[in-house]
Amino acid sequence: MNYETVIGLEVHLQLNTVTKVFCGCSTKFGQKPNSQTCPVCLGLPGSLPVLNETAFLFGIKVALALNCGIQSLIKFDRKNYYYPDLPKNYQISQYDMPLAYNGFVDIPANLTGLPKRIRILRVHLEEDAGKLIHPEREGHSLVDLNRTGIPLLEIVTEPDMNSPQEAYDYLTRLKSILEYLKVSDCDMEKGSLRCDANISIRPSGESKLGTKIELKNMNTFKGVKSSLEYEVKRQATVIDGGEKLFQETRLWDADKMITLSMRSKEEATDYRYFPEPDLVPFSVDKAFIEKIRQRLPELPEAKIRRFMKDYGLSEYDSNVLAGQSEIAEYFERCAQVYENRKAIANWITGDIMAYLKTQGASPADLGVSPESLAALLKMIDKGAISGKMAKEILSEAIETKMAPEKIIADKGLSQISDSGKLEEIVMQVISKNERSVKDYRSGKKNALGYLVGQIMKETKGAANPEIVNRILEKALEARQ
Amino acid sequence: MMEDLHLSTGHELKVLMRDGLESAKILDALYARIDVLDSKIGAFALVNRKAHRRPGGGTLDGIPVLVKDNICVKGEDTTCSSKILKGFKPPYDATVVRRLKEEGAVLIGKANMDEFAFGSSCETSCYGPTRNPWDLERIPGGSSGGSAAAVASDETIMALGSDTGGSIRQPAALCGVVGLKPTYGRVSRYGLIAFASSLDQIGPITKDVEDAALLLGVIAGYDEMDSTSVDIPVPDYATSLASDVKGLRVGVPKEYFVKGIDREVEAAVKRSINVFKDLGALVVDISLPHTEYAVSAYYIIGPAEASSNLARFDGAHYGYRAPDAKNMLDMYVRTRSEGFGREAKRRILLGTYCLSSGYYDAYYLKALKVRTKIKEDFDNAFKFCDIIVTPTSPTPAFRIGEKANDPLAMYLSDIFTIPANLAGLPGISIPCGFTRSGLPIGLQIMAKPFAEETIFRAAYTFERNADIEKRKPKL
Amino acid sequence: MKIDKEIVRRVALLSRLSLAEDEISEYGSQLGAILEYISKLNEIDTRDVPPTSHTLATLKNVYRKDILKPSLKAEEALKNAPSSEGDFFKVPQIIEKR
Repeated sequence: MNYETVIGLEVHLQLNTVTKVFCGCSTKFGQKPNSQTCPVCLGLPGSLPVLNETAFLFGIKVALALNCGIQSLIKFDRKNYYYPDLPKNYQISQYDMPLAYNGFVDIPANLTGLPKRIRILRVHLEEDAGKLIHPEREGHSLVDLNRTGIPLLEIVTEPDMNSPQEAYDYLTRLKSILEYLKVSDCDMEKGSLRCDANISIRPSGESKLGTKIELKNMNTFKGVKSSLEYEVKRQATVIDGGEKLFQETRLWDADKMITLSMRSKEEATDYRYFPEPDLVPFSVDKAFIEKIRQRLPELPEAKIRRFMKDYGLSEYDSNVLAGQSEIAEYFERCAQVYENRKAIANWITGDIMAYLKTQGASPADLGVSPESLAALLKMIDKGAISGKMAKEILSEAIETKMAPEKIIADKGLSQISDSGKLEEIVMQVISKNERSVKDYRSGKKNALGYLVGQIMKETKGAANPEIVNRILEKALEARQ
Repeated sequence: MMEDLHLSTGHELKVLMRDGLESAKILDALYARIDVLDSKIGAFALVNRKAHRRPGGGTLDGIPVLVKDNICVKGEDTTCSSKILKGFKPPYDATVVRRLKEEGAVLIGKANMDEFAFGSSCETSCYGPTRNPWDLERIPGGSSGGSAAAVASDETIMALGSDTGGSIRQPAALCGVVGLKPTYGRVSRYGLIAFASSLDQIGPITKDVEDAALLLGVIAGYDEMDSTSVDIPVPDYATSLASDVKGLRVGVPKEYFVKGIDREVEAAVKRSINVFKDLGALVVDISLPHTEYAVSAYYIIGPAEASSNLARFDGAHYGYRAPDAKNMLDMYVRTRSEGFGREAKRRILLGTYCLSSGYYDAYYLKALKVRTKIKEDFDNAFKFCDIIVTPTSPTPAFRIGEKANDPLAMYLSDIFTIPANLAGLPGISIPCGFTRSGLPIGLQIMAKPFAEETIFRAAYTFERNADIEKRKPKL
Repeated sequence: MKIDKEIVRRVALLSRLSLAEDEISEYGSQLGAILEYISKLNEIDTRDVPPTSHTLATLKNVYRKDILKPSLKAEEALKNAPSSEGDFFKVPQIIEKR
């Protein structure tokens, strides 16, 4: 049977505030366990939460960037459940009056589909839980509460995605927007961005939704895509086999590339949400919201359009460059001092991004400033170095963190374009290789290649081949 | 004179200390008193034998204050009189405790209480019951029974209690002392182990109105650690202690004088209302029509919030943990089943039930709406009066064990104090006489939010002018 | 009004309390009596009444600035722990999850 896939995503985003959402403890990653805690985030009896203003503003910023409507009255609620990483045994979250409702993210056209609008159902602010460590074979778990209380923004979509690729594209665009806002590290491996998925399939043309399966434990965007691809096949196989799916949560096993059913809980969950009495309601006036909206940075979509228009780049290049705010910024700094934007785009989307990807690095770690890249490209234009040399210099600059200009100077790598100097070398080579000269003159034109090779050997490859060719041809003709 | 120091009030001791009295002498007198009496009364959960005056002076310099066992004192056992918190020593001071220390108060110990403040009789403490100094066979009221009994028996000079549905005012009434529940938001709750966060307030329990004003002045005020504390300046309450109620409009709600009220209590309160009239106040009949629904709303909202607030007591990070748990769930269930007493379990079950899926709207949401109606009643009433005068408790102190197995009867003993918590109003209980058998009777005075000054003025005037016999319990 | 035993059991599990059989009936009938009393609230028409979840109606937007405050040292944080290992709280294994 043919099936239609229906996917909705829930993203949890750690906000990069200095302090936690309800207390003054640091949010810094990777510190000594339980060293960033206080009575509030330890959930000690008697302690009370007070909302971090910056976390709230970051939430509003994100909601506005996702085209949501900010609610006129916002409140927090308690979500009650027992778990040792949640010291109060309730999470301060938002239930029926969250920060914002009803937004959207437009995902660009790609190889598999047309541009599409993914609706955002809601955005709400809550506190993160702590970390549990389960030592192998031991009969206990260890709890670190440093992460407890880090501000977490939950971004929930409508079930608008119809393929794993669309889910991947949504996540990519969402991450891009969030990076532009500079409100989070968006690092899935560190856990600052997490994603759960809801997926169901139904026979093509059917209007009723199929059985919803919740997927958890995906640690990369690729993992999200792979887990969804696996689920589409698994669910189709189950239905085709005449069996029924039942609603459950499944965990993605990235090593085995399969999803596994989580053992069903001993009880049906009942979170008993009720208004958090320790916090008062919040309301932000319209003028203030407009002020925040106006101060939002240029977002990916606008940037892509501008790159196409102002720099004459292709849609593809613009998408790639504007996809990451730091890359876009790198490109634009380069473009300010160098005219050939297409060339910049090629270098960035080629060698530079390939390097960044393999190293998991950001342009700031590159060691090659946009101005240095521009200088390198200008040297190619002038013929001072060859394109091939430029590639080597760039990779060495990245490896050694030395300025490309310095590498060129230190190694005497600059291309010999000085005609006088080259003429001298050409004459030497001609006099040493009379036989080849004769061959050339007797019509064996390929002897020219041999002579060029000798010149390059003589100059250790630094001769500008175009100029060498010109001088050599001229010299050979003249002797006739 | 010196051996009677324990009988003094805080403001009297301030004068004596200004004239050279050493604070250690006061402590000696109290320790001697505690040693003789407290095995009988059981007002203390913990006696701080190392209490001493700190350098630096302050409003309460050298004055001993007893703190209820649900208020965190850094490094001192703070257990809510519950097995589940045995041995818990908070790494921080409650804001009120910090303020007491800053103003030079001497913290003499922790007061016994109903476990987690669930109760009106002080019978549910893991340390055993507190007894009423006026009749050791009777309850002192609750949940701040230890605080009130210690003040009444002169085992402390003053005390802090907490009031969620009458837990300061009812024991103050039953022990014949003064107890004030401030306006919700007047005193920081930071460091008060929560029972019901939207109802709880910390307040003074003292021997007279002047001391209540003195102590409130120290603990009141905005605290950046409590989102629900209100940033309104704290008046100088001492200046509100004028002996004058001329022109003050005293509201008397007809719904507070109904069937079930003890006849001697009713008579004493009616006499008190006449005292106000005689002093030049205008007595106005008012109506608070939703009064009879207050207990119902309270016994949904209170337990619902409590069920969530008490979820954290699970043996994972502090307090009691049941030994040899097989797994997490086993640890949770056994720790809580062994650690909580019966009334705590009852309220947790009730609150969980009211919040659970399918019942939320019928119970919790309904109660919040009724709460709105109750608050509106007061808003309307205060258009016609400045204070509202009622009995604090429908009966004087009852016998230990009398209502222990009838939770509903116990709950109804808070019938007159609960509305102020639901509406967030300030209320005081002051002594207004004795029954023929010698049990104290309390008069409740409520006012508009943040009108504690009006309450103090009325209470002080009454205390000075009403011809209430100055008695001490025979101990 | 008596609360069904199954409901008492479900609420007890949600509350992480275990009750013996006699306790289940006892709490069931006590809760039933309380809920019956509480049902008095249905006498009031609250159709257009907004709920009051806290009494400070005008108090809104209470924030703190995003400024660091000193944390407890790990030793202090763990001081009250019934069980700890290194800098961690130690709890029994969770078997509900894999």
